Amino acid sequence: MNGYPVLKGASYTLAVTPDMVIHNGTTQTTEQIVNPDSEYLKELPGHLRSFEDAVAYIPNQVYIGNAKPADLASTEFPFYDKKWPNASRDGKYGQIMPQDEFYGVIQICDVFDLVNLEKSFAAEVKGKLAAQNLFTEAQLAVLDKNESTPEAITALVNDEHAEGLYMNNKLVGAIKRAHDVDVNLSAHVMLENLVTKASNVISLIELVKKAGVAPEEVDYVIDCCEEACGDMNQRGGGNFAKAAAEIAGFTNATGSDVRGFCAGPAHAVLHAAALVKAGTFKHVVVTAGGCTAKLGMNGKDHVKKGLPILEDAIAGFSVMISEDDGVSPQIRTDIIGRHTIGTGSAPQNVIGALVTNPLEAAGLKILDIDKYSPEMQNPDITKPAGAGDVPEANYKMIAALGVKKGELARGDIASFVKDHGMTGWAPTQGHIPSGVPYLGPLRDEVLAGETKKAMIIGKGSLFLGRMTNLFDGVSFVVQANDGSAQGGQGAGFDEAAVKTMIGQAMRDFAKGLLGEE
Amino acid sequence: MDLENQKRVKDFAEKYGPENLVVILGAAEGEAAGLAAETVTAGDPTFAGPLAGVQLGLTVYHICEDEMKAEVDAGVYDEQISMMEMVMDVDDIANEMSSIRNDYCKYL
Repeated sequence: MNGYPVLKGASYTLAVTPDMVIHNGTTQTTEQIVNPDSEYLKELPGHLRSFEDAVAYIPNQVYIGNAKPADLASTEFPFYDKKWPNASRDGKYGQIMPQDEFYGVIQICDVFDLVNLEKSFAAEVKGKLAAQNLFTEAQLAVLDKNESTPEAITALVNDEHAEGLYMNNKLVGAIKRAHDVDVNLSAHVMLENLVTKASNVISLIELVKKAGVAPEEVDYVIDCCEEACGDMNQRGGGNFAKAAAEIAGFTNATGSDVRGFCAGPAHAVLHAAALVKAGTFKHVVVTAGGCTAKLGMNGKDHVKKGLPILEDAIAGFSVMISEDDGVSPQIRTDIIGRHTIGTGSAPQNVIGALVTNPLEAAGLKILDIDKYSPEMQNPDITKPAGAGDVPEANYKMIAALGVKKGELARGDIASFVKDHGMTGWAPTQGHIPSGVPYLGPLRDEVLAGETKKAMIIGKGSLFLGRMTNLFDGVSFVVQANDGSAQGGQGAGFDEAAVKTMIGQAMRDFAKGLLGEE
Repeated sequence: MDLENQKRVKDFAEKYGPENLVVILGAAEGEAAGLAAETVTAGDPTFAGPLAGVQLGLTVYHICEDEMKAEVDAGVYDEQISMMEMVMDVDDIANEMSSIRNDYCKYL
């Protein structure tokens, strides 16, 4: 294949789940074990936002494409006390779903009869989900099978080790364990895995609806979330990708899971781009759902400082990478940064490995890249928690390395951050903020001629798994389509190839005139 | 400071004696550096880890403070730290660290 794999489309979705913050976020579940009478747990419910407030939250509107990254940059910090005018749950790239509908999607995604919803709640949810036009009649009919009374659901939670699903702290459903002994199939794990599957499915369906992807054209799906699916004999066996694609109706696809902590999505895009570049598949979708564990992760700091709980949504995203169409932005499979085992952990070595080394190898300078998209965590969430402004810190590091290399003046660090950086808008769901939230807006900016080259950087904290002290990262460059699919590699126009083609056409024409076949 | 690191610091203090230990931090900003410094001197302010209520009073510095910088080979410092020095608010970090040391450090 000439040219490069291209970014064909992207979708981004959120499900606002305030009750899951209380019952499933690990900050809260840990507190319930360690300090059940704590002030934090008492104050927490008063800090949960309404669905409308979560929809109007400007970073969320940027995530689903109703506002642009530049709109957030021009918004005065902090963001939690401001609303986006004309905010809508329906976005250019996806949507924001309320908790009750999300519980319905969880049940649609459950193929082992583990989810039970209270009968009248299920009927109500079915009507709301039908109006969203995401699922077939047959899929929605699953919600009709609920015969559960409130008493039956309470009994499942109290006596059968099921995990409860709550609306305004009232029990409306339960997820049963899938095995009596195996902790990998416990109700807790099944809930986590069904949530990531459900949020993944919503993003895949929105990719079809909003980005115009034909589901039957997709050859391969790669999931890059941070959960593990399997039983006691193969705890991380997989395969979230195929499981989610099945519900989303990608009938001609198979798939697999790629893991790399927060760097997972960037690795998965490299896998997808390589599969397309090699000609193995024409259309590969990279996709991930979100995680319950990180809901309210920084809640203690947010409550202490009088903020709403800003980590109240399960996120998802999907990106389609296809063979070069001559139009869409290209992924430069020949400009790849990677943190190697020998790179070490000093920040300047890390930034060198991920940013300057690949650029130098391609004859590019730091300033040749219009926009950098590292970990795009929303500073509204991280700054009150003492974790600083993550994207800004990355931009400063890139600029500082530029200063050391003589590509920037020391006084230009601040303007570099402003001109080549963006204010983070992504929810702190681990893999979700890692570089990829920009792929949707980037595609639009490139097609509009506003951005020519961007670098996506994913980083991951491998040490959290206690298998290595290393961390990790990979990066890649996306550029405006150079037309190389129609010509020679990167040249845009290969005169010799054109002459050969014309010569062949003339010979064929002459044969036709002579009556030869 | 995460629970695992608190446990390590506590174990080292018991094994080698708190007067023989110096903790060197690499946190990227003042508030985070201050919290870690407080943890190894006055105890874990979040009361979640092994150092909750344990006042070790250890000597603690940030790698960008002049006292530490003077101890490190200039070439190694340039290679490992100098870029981050440009990024961090070193004055803020140094102020935070010296105030914690003045209040809680037992071995200066």
